[in-house]
Order: sequence, then structure tokens, then C-alpha cells
Amino acid sequence: MGAEQQCDDMEVAFSDSEAFRSVQHVLQSVRMDPFLIDLRDKEQYDILLCAVDSTTRRSSDDQAMLATTLRALSEAVSKIDIMYHHALLHNIFTMSIWYYNRDTRDALLDLIIRLSAVADQYLRECLQMLVNNFTPPGPLVPKIEDKRWEAKRKEIYSQLHESLKMISDTVPLAPRVLKDIINRSMPKLFDNKVKMVSFVECMLGLDTERLGDLIGTSLLEKVVDLLTELDVNITWEDILQEEHSKGIFEMELEDLANGVDNFGQETEVLFGGNVCANKLDGLMVVVCKHLKSCAEHGCLKREFDILKTIFRKGVLKVHKSKFAQFIMFYACSLDPEICGLDFALFLTDIFTKKEDDAIARMSAVSYVGSYLSRARFISADTVVAILKRLVDWCIDHCERQKKRHTRTKNPVEHQIFYASCQAVMYVLCFRLRSIMDYPNLKSQLFKMNIRSILMDPLEPLKVCLPSIVNEFLRQAKAARLFNASVDLELEDRIDSDLSKAFGGVNRLDMFFPFDPYLLKESDSYIRPNFEFWSLVKTTYSDDEGDELGDFDAPGMNVDSLDDNFDIELNSDDDDIEYTMNKMSITPHRSFYHPMAMSGDSGLSMPARIRPSVSPPS
Amino acid sequence: MEALREVEAELTVYVHPSNAADVPRAVSRQLSGLLFSYEERFDGVLLAHEAQLVDEDNKENATKEKDKKEAKIEEETEAKSKKKPKILKAKILNGLVPFFGVRVHANLLLFSPQPGMLLEGKVEMLGKESIHAVVLGVFSVAIMSDDIHEKFRFKRKSHGGRFLSRSDREHFIKRGTMIRFSVKSVDTEMNCHITGSLIPPHTGSMRWLSVHDAEYASEISRKSMDTSIKREQNEQEHRILKNEDSMVKSERPHKSRKRSAENR
Repeated sequence: MGAEQQCDDMEVAFSDSEAFRSVQHVLQSVRMDPFLIDLRDKEQYDILLCAVDSTTRRSSDDQAMLATTLRALSEAVSKIDIMYHHALLHNIFTMSIWYYNRDTRDALLDLIIRLSAVADQYLRECLQMLVNNFTPPGPLVPKIEDKRWEAKRKEIYSQLHESLKMISDTVPLAPRVLKDIINRSMPKLFDNKVKMVSFVECMLGLDTERLGDLIGTSLLEKVVDLLTELDVNITWEDILQEEHSKGIFEMELEDLANGVDNFGQETEVLFGGNVCANKLDGLMVVVCKHLKSCAEHGCLKREFDILKTIFRKGVLKVHKSKFAQFIMFYACSLDPEICGLDFALFLTDIFTKKEDDAIARMSAVSYVGSYLSRARFISADTVVAILKRLVDWCIDHCERQKKRHTRTKNPVEHQIFYASCQAVMYVLCFRLRSIMDYPNLKSQLFKMNIRSILMDPLEPLKVCLPSIVNEFLRQAKAARLFNASVDLELEDRIDSDLSKAFGGVNRLDMFFPFDPYLLKESDSYIRPNFEFWSLVKTTYSDDEGDELGDFDAPGMNVDSLDDNFDIELNSDDDDIEYTMNKMSITPHRSFYHPMAMSGDSGLSMPARIRPSVSPPS
Repeated sequence: MEALREVEAELTVYVHPSNAADVPRAVSRQLSGLLFSYEERFDGVLLAHEAQLVDEDNKENATKEKDKKEAKIEEETEAKSKKKPKILKAKILNGLVPFFGVRVHANLLLFSPQPGMLLEGKVEMLGKESIHAVVLGVFSVAIMSDDIHEKFRFKRKSHGGRFLSRSDREHFIKRGTMIRFSVKSVDTEMNCHITGSLIPPHTGSMRWLSVHDAEYASEISRKSMDTSIKREQNEQEHRILKNEDSMVKSERPHKSRKRSAENR
């Protein structure tokens, strides 16, 4: 029995080496001018070409045959010549490993690794072939999302990573070429979602160990670029249009008093038609997964530092990016003590640096405000420390203005000041209550001279968003942040004439980067650490909870309904939704759809993130 | 190792005006762009550089200077307190492209392998058909079966197999072995890929050679005995590259470029 088996093995080994030799012979025999080739050799070569034809589909037997041929070829790499075996190389480089079983894939990848090491002339094509295999071939695309493919997909990715690693070991300069190839093969905006997600997932898998050190930065940069590109292609008009119609729809539902049951579907409705949002959603999941695995392997800090630079370069100044910035939010939430704090300081640094351009600083302060308010993982003392820096900067700005006698009230000139005032108030709306719980933080906060900023002749209260100002004053009053006389004085300073398009006189437009996240799939990564306004405890909520309904009631009846899915789905407390809407701020849709305004009085509280007029740049 | 050489070069580096605030940095970035790729004008691969800006006033003949526009780049040395700001002059090129041509004196470390040279590398991968090694941790070398000495036989045992010498069982090459090989050809198209050969004498595993090859052994002992002599030898190899100022027209106007010509 044992002997028999041995005999079998021998036979296989023999036939294999036979095959190897014949392949070598064939390769050798056609290495000459086509006219000189013996016809019989030519025939043999053609058979070889057919054997590695990339277009034919193979049964498992044929695959075994293919594997043997490929092994034979990798034993004969030195015989392969780019001139005379062009067709053969073409066939090899156009193969898709997705069609083959593990054994065949191994053989093919081994051949590719060997070819890439033989000479520079093959290197580029070998790498290109591997990169092409980051995405499944067209016919397989519909199947790939199937659960059964999950394991195989992972396996293929790890094989590709392994091969690329091998190549970079034998050809140390290969990563540079690889970077170039990946840059050029990046999925485009109009590629389908599966392809995009698959490519990015495989690509981020390379961001480990040595390859990660060499090209990790550029890989991440490319991914973030893609995210922002998708992000800016989700037009607000699309969203608003859908929201608009939904609003009416929901009003009807509200009449029937069964709105709650339909929330699940509504979420679907929201971005159902928006292809870009759908793709972005998929990619966000991939990036979040990647960050999570980095955190598990202890290399989050490194990744975070890279992301920070990319963010500064690519995302910060993107006009009203909506979702791409949430990768920073997620990265921070994975390591609140280091990354979370670091991000807050990083943004504050940009804001306070005079050398940075105004747009970046404006944007940075919006980010700080939104981040400190929404990030549940940021501790109250960090919030207070950052607030102190903002307040100090504002005081400093006011004093500088006082010294310059020619002061103008043109908000454009002081936009950074106003933006930071607004950020301070916004953060306090969310955090005041929690700060009050710590006596030491409370005393620190009370020592900050917030009053003097708000009372400044620059009149920030008239310029900042009225909803924030009102909410802030209300909470400040309840918390006795200022004494009673000051409260009255401040209230006088609010612009009473709210009938202008978006609120106060000369109101600057503001940007709230971390308003509730609207992408469905990736929401599960963001949600646990995200502070919803509905769940914020305000300083007055204990005693004055019932009065919430009075607050700016006229504008609410349309908007309040839009936000239902932002809250936990079982929440049907109108008051809560209502207040939440107040705090999610961007101008009203009437900007785009004036008709929507017709039924409402002048100011309506905007719900969630909305586009708004950009700060003059 | 043979293929390494140190050269001094007079270069003109074209700096984009957007980088005028920090010229030394711009120059070093520009030079860093050339790292690890084969440059024909250097006849080798740039491995390291150290550049100093040259004050032109002391050198240039005035007549040429006059008809070109001049721009002063105020170049403040990093530590302002150290000295008063140094003023360097750089030309703005005529025509559409407003680059500064900055004179630079640079020390460059080049890697320029030539056929016949003996180099050393670490084996990364091997098979019946070929041995693949890496030189200086950067450049890949392939030694194909035709170039492996007949005395070596491939044994497919253990990790990735090994080449064993028929004449001496002590002499083997496996993954991780440092080998000494002769350069057969150099592909300068992309990454400076080297094709090597193990056929010429004094090639093979370095460990084995150090014991069994008299010439190599003496070479090592010489090296370790007095490095100072070696240094002098190196200095003889220095070639001073002089600047060629004729290059104004560039094929790729969007990129600032620099040229130099070897003085040979």
C-alpha cells in the first residue's frame, strides 16, 4: 500500500518534471525570428498559449493543468523573452486570479513574483496585473457581495498582499512603481460601488509593515481624496429635494399619527437615489474597518498622524464637506486620550496660528466647535481647556481692535472672531450642563471672561446664528453663568429683527462639520460616540422641560419631522426632536427652495446639516 | 564596494517662485526628487546629497549677467540671530517660466555599477532558475541559471532550497547569504536593475570566499588594516562635475530642472 502510494507520487513527480522540461524546450525553440521557427515548435507554442489563455473558463481539472503549466513557466522564467514571447506574457498578465482555485492562484502569483524579479521590464506589468486583481472581474461583480464569497475574497486579498510584499522584498524599489500604478488605477467616480469598495479594501490592506511605511501615506491620501471627491458630488440640491418631498409626506403621516413606524423606510428613502452617497457609505465602512484594525494592532497613532496631515491638506478646506471628515471623528473615538485630544489641539492650533490662511482658520474653528460638542468621548476638562484658548483668543482680538481706532463693523473682517464666538456658544450649549457637574471646571469656566466678548462693540450676538445665541443665553441664564443684569443686557443685544433671510444682520454663514451622520451602513461606527442634541442634558431641562415647545415654534413644523431618524428609532418625543433641530444648524432649505418658505413665518429652525452661503473667500 | 563614488557637482537648480521663501529647502527637495533613480547626467543613481548655495557675485563675469534679469532672494538662515540675512542672487529665466536658477555646489554620493565590477549583495529569493539578491538594501540583482557556475547544484530542500557547490560542501548559497558577484549588465531604464553572474573567479558566498579565496581574504584584511589608505584611493576617484549653463529650454516647463555635465 505504502509502496503503491510512493509509486504514484513518483509518477506525478516524473510527469511534472517532464512537463517542465517540455515547456522549457518550447520556450527555447521559439526564441528566434518567426520565420525560422520550426512549424512543429510553433504548434507546440500555440498549445502553450492556449493553455494559459486568460479568456477560457476552466473546470477544476483544467485548473490543475493550468497550475502545472504555470509552475513549469516559473521554472523557466529565464527562457522567457519579452520580444519572442510577447503573446505568452500578454496572456499571463491579463489573467484574473478571481476565477481560479487556491492552488492555481498560488502558481500564478508565484510566476508573477518570479517574473517581476527577473528584470525591470516585467516589473511594471507584474505590479499592474496584481493591482488589476484588486477588483473582481466584471462578470463576478454581482456575485461578490454574496456571503459565500466573503472568505474567498479575504483569501485573495491576503494572497495579493503577500505577493506584493514578496516583490518588494526582492525588488526594494518596487513600492515606488507600485505607488504610481495604484495612483493611476484608483477607482473613478463613476465606477460601480463593488469595484470601488473592493479596490480600496485591498489597497488599505497593503498599509502594514514595511510596505505601509513606504507607501502608506500616499495610499491613505488617495483614499481620502476619493472620499472627498464623492462627498462633494453629493449635491445638497439632491438631498434637499428628497427631504423636501419627504417633509410633506411626513406631515401627512404625522396627521395620521403613525409616523414612527415608517422611520426605518424613510432612512432608505433619503439617499436611495444618490449613487455617490451610497458609494461613499461603502467606502466609509472600509476605512473605518481599517482604522479599527489599526487600533487593534497598536498602530493607530501612526495612522492618525498621517490622517491629520492629509486632513489638513485635503479635507479641512473642502467647502462644506459632509461626511468625509467623519473618518477623523472615528479615528479619534478609537483612542480618545491620545488621538481625540490631539485632534482638538491640532484644530485649535490651526485656528490660532496667524500664518494660516483665513479659510483654514475659519474652517478649523467650525471643526473645533462641532467636534467638542459632538464627540462624546472628549472629557469635560479638555472641553474647558480648549474653550479657554478660544475665549483668550477672542479677548485678545477685541483688545487689538480697541487699540486700532479705525474699527469697522464689517463682519467679513472679523469673521474668524465671530466664528469662534459662535463655536464657544455652540460648545457650551452642548456641554454647559456637564461642565457644571465638576466644581473645579465650573469655576474655571466662570473665570473666563465670556461676557466681555459678547458685550464687545463688535456685537457677536447679532452676527451669530440666532438659534445658537438664544439657546446659549437660555442655558447660561439657567446656569447663572452671568449675573442677572448682564443677562438682560445680553438679551437686548440680540438682533430683534429676525425677519431677514437667515437670521441676524450680516449673518455669517457657519459650517458644522460634525452634524448628524446620514450614511446608513457606516452609521454604526459613528453613532455610539456621537452626541445627539436630543440626548443632551441642558442646564434648564430639570425645571423647564415643558417649555421647550414654545421655542421658535413657527418654523418647526416642517423641519422637525425631517430629523426623526437621527434619534433612536423608538424615540417619539416631539419636544426632543424639536430641540435637536434647533441645534443642527445650517441655513434653511428655502435658500434653495423658496417655495418651502411660503407657509412659514420668517425664521425657521434649520434641521441638520444644510448647505449654506460660504464665508467670503 | 566598487560602484560607490562620491562626487562634487556644480549645479543650477531651478526653483519655483512659490518656494522662494525657503530656497535651501526647495533645493534639497528638488535634489531629493532624483534619489534612487538612475540619472544619465550623473551616470549613476543618486544615493545622498548635500548642497550649498553658491554666492554668484564672486564668480560670474559681469557681462553675461547684465542682460539677464536678476532677482534677489533674501535667504535668511534658519537662526536669524546668528548672522545678518545673507543675500543671494538668482536669475529669473527669460520666457514664460519664471523659475529661479539657483547655483548650487553639491556633494553627491552615487551608485554607478559597471559591467565587470564585483559587488556584494544579500540573497532574498532563489530557485532552480535564478538567484535574486539585493545590493545596499535598495537595488535588485538577478542571476539567472546560465550565469550560475556549473559547480553549483540546486537542492530543493528546506526553506526555499539552496545552491550547493559540488567541489566543496561548505560553499552554499541560500536565502540570507551574502554573495559576491560580477556585474553582467545594468538596466538603467527604471530602477537600475542589475544582472549579475557567479561565473567569474572570486565570486560566491562571501563567508566561504573569506576563507578559501586568497585574493578576497587579502582584500578584506587590507581593508580592515588601514582604512585611511582606502580613503585616499577614494579621493582619487572623485570627479568634479562642472556646471553646464546652456540649458535654459526645458522639455517640461512645469518642472524646474537642473542640469550638469560631467567634465570628462
